[in-house]
Amino acid sequence: MNIVVLVKQVPDTESPRKLKSEDSTLDRAAADGVINELDEYAIEEALRIKEAHGGEVTVLTMGPDKATDSIRKALAMGADKAVHLVDDALAGSDALQTSYAIQQVLGRTGFDLVVLGSESTDARTGLLAAMLAERLGVPQLSLANKVEINGTSITVQRQTDYGYDKVEATLPAVVSVVEKINEPRYPSFKGIMAAKKKPVETLGIADAGIDAGQVGLANAATAVVDFAEAPPRSKGEIVTDEGDGGIKIAEFLASKKFV
Amino acid sequence: MAEILVLVDHVDGEVKKVTLELLTLARRLGEPAAVWVGPGYEGAKDKLAEYGAAKVYVAADEELTSYVVAPKAALLAQLVQSASPGAVLVSATGEGKEVAGRLAVKTGSGVLTDVVDVAEGFVGEHSIFGGAIIAHAKVTKGTPIIAVRPNAIAPEAAPAAPAEEQVSVTLSDADKAAKIVERVVQEKGERPDLTEAAIVVSGGRGVGSAENFKIIEDLADALGGAVGASRAATDAGWYPHQFQVGQTGKTVSPQLYIAVGISGAIQHRAGMQTSKTIVAINKDPEAPIFELVDYGVVGDLFQVAPQLTEEIKKRK
Ligand SMILES: Cc1cc2nc3c(=O)[nH]c(=O)nc-3n(C[C@H](O)[C@H](O)[C@H](O)COP(=O)(O)OP(=O)(O)OC[C@H]3O[C@@H](n4cnc5c(N)ncnc54)[C@H](O)[C@@H]3O)c2cc1C
Ligand SMILES: Cc1cc2nc3c(=O)[nH]c(=O)nc-3n(C[C@H](O)[C@H](O)[C@H](O)COP(=O)(O)OP(=O)(O)OC[C@H]3O[C@@H](n4cnc5c(N)ncnc54)[C@H](O)[C@@H]3O)c2cc1C
Repeated sequence: MNIVVLVKQVPDTESPRKLKSEDSTLDRAAADGVINELDEYAIEEALRIKEAHGGEVTVLTMGPDKATDSIRKALAMGADKAVHLVDDALAGSDALQTSYAIQQVLGRTGFDLVVLGSESTDARTGLLAAMLAERLGVPQLSLANKVEINGTSITVQRQTDYGYDKVEATLPAVVSVVEKINEPRYPSFKGIMAAKKKPVETLGIADAGIDAGQVGLANAATAVVDFAEAPPRSKGEIVTDEGDGGIKIAEFLASKKFV
Repeated sequence: MAEILVLVDHVDGEVKKVTLELLTLARRLGEPAAVWVGPGYEGAKDKLAEYGAAKVYVAADEELTSYVVAPKAALLAQLVQSASPGAVLVSATGEGKEVAGRLAVKTGSGVLTDVVDVAEGFVGEHSIFGGAIIAHAKVTKGTPIIAVRPNAIAPEAAPAAPAEEQVSVTLSDADKAAKIVERVVQEKGERPDLTEAAIVVSGGRGVGSAENFKIIEDLADALGGAVGASRAATDAGWYPHQFQVGQTGKTVSPQLYIAVGISGAIQHRAGMQTSKTIVAINKDPEAPIFELVDYGVVGDLFQVAPQLTEEIKKRK
């Protein structure tokens, strides 16, 4: 089975995240880059499917040069090879454009299954899985907390606000995962060593057949108008419990008409 | 005035509160036109009228809710064609955002996700990086598609007598590629939905065990609120995962958020920082949650929380 797993490098949530004043895009140099957390679950699921059904796992990343670190980590977890789409023309792409660019690369790699996270920790749009399924004309098996494959049929449990839906489809398909799905493995020392020798193909937009007029900040379908630091919350009152802490909170809540 | 399409969020005919918020917002931007998909409209009709829908497009065919997301996007794309709306509003839930994503591809439009408000000219306000930055953004291509965060807009009634129009859409094979074969509604009990609740009481690692979560539930019930949990608590298996608040859980924006035994890690804050009033109980005076609070008590939650619950009951 040809499994492609999408991996995005995002700024570490522990370090300060900023937008650049020139063009209102994410300042990716200001923070340490890490694999988007849910993408580790996507990699893990892809590896488990490969282990059960055979095949190959390819990591696909669109992002600056620096994203190589994240690609190596994905390979160290056990993916077989990687494709890195990197081109200055892609900077500032919005979700609509990102899904287009990734679709073009998937046209080159081919796929039976595309596995991705259901949301990134930086932009948090949660749009990619649906956009890709629509573009590729394949089943959207998103927000999955359980995946079962039997031949070419695939069943997932789709997490919903009220519980879950059981969804059936036929491969090829796009699957996005939520964190309940598995527990990602840590790369072993052997895995880390092996990752150094695994092939990483670097593509520019021309290599991938991506139309420069359809990507990048200047052609985006959304634009940031302005941004500012949120005003700090006014300092609240903090008291130490002297046996009446609960009563004091009740008084505060009463003053705000909550009780 | 241009129509503003509002995709109605409902579970088996029960309209979610976020829809009333979207209708309230749509009234400020143009003429609200609700879009109903699936069975159950008759029971929901009065609610949509009460919150000012000038029109309701009713697509009652059960087939439209038998497949994952795609049919809703197909229907909306058809309405975007025929009605040329000023914008399309959906709720910024997992499914709402996915409808937005497919619709964006179908119509070549931009999407703004998780906005907390929309101003004239369809400029969306986003609260990003865990509430640290307020950004404004707009759609520059196609019809603005805007996913609005639940609980961000105060719903206001404005009774209207909506015109009803029955609509249908022919689904393509691709729209029917992911079939829903079973729908499992998990017992949610008497408490309000976490993302919709006006009051949320959350417990963290300090709560210590699944049994002790009863303290959190009792407090939530005394206030008529929902129960949430930090990731430390859901990872430990003390409370089900769907109640996790934070970056990889639910984003909540209630009138009142009470954090009990939660330190206030940035990933937790990402999911609750826009709450209107924040209260914390924590034994560590240095806990970062205290930077956010309107009222905080440094103390043992096993003393303070039950006392608070008793006091609230007394005052009722
Ligand atoms: C603060 C902020 C707000 C933004 N708001 C919007 C907005 O409202 N509308 C909009 O159109 N764009 C927005 N963007 C732009 C958005 O970051 C990019 O379009 C991004 O490429 C896709 O969004 P996402 O990461 O949220 O995708 P999501 O759909 O949240 O990501 C899901 C999964 O897709 C995969 N994936 C995503 N990007 C890549 C990639 N580059 N390479 C490989 N795999 C990937 C990963 O597996 C990820 O887990 C915003 C950006 C920032 C920084
Ligand atoms: C990528 C990523 C995503 C994440 N997403 C989320 C998310 O969505 N949601 C989330 O919550 N976390 C998330 N986390 C985890 C987050 O970093 C914290 O680890 C987590 O929020 C800690 O939970 P906690 O506050 O309950 O536990 P702790 O940080 O251990 O805090 C427990 C607090 O309880 C107090 N306490 C203990 N006993 C008592 C007592 N008897 N009385 C009063 N106070 C007491 C302690 O003083 C302490 O402040 C994420 C982390 C990462 C890396």
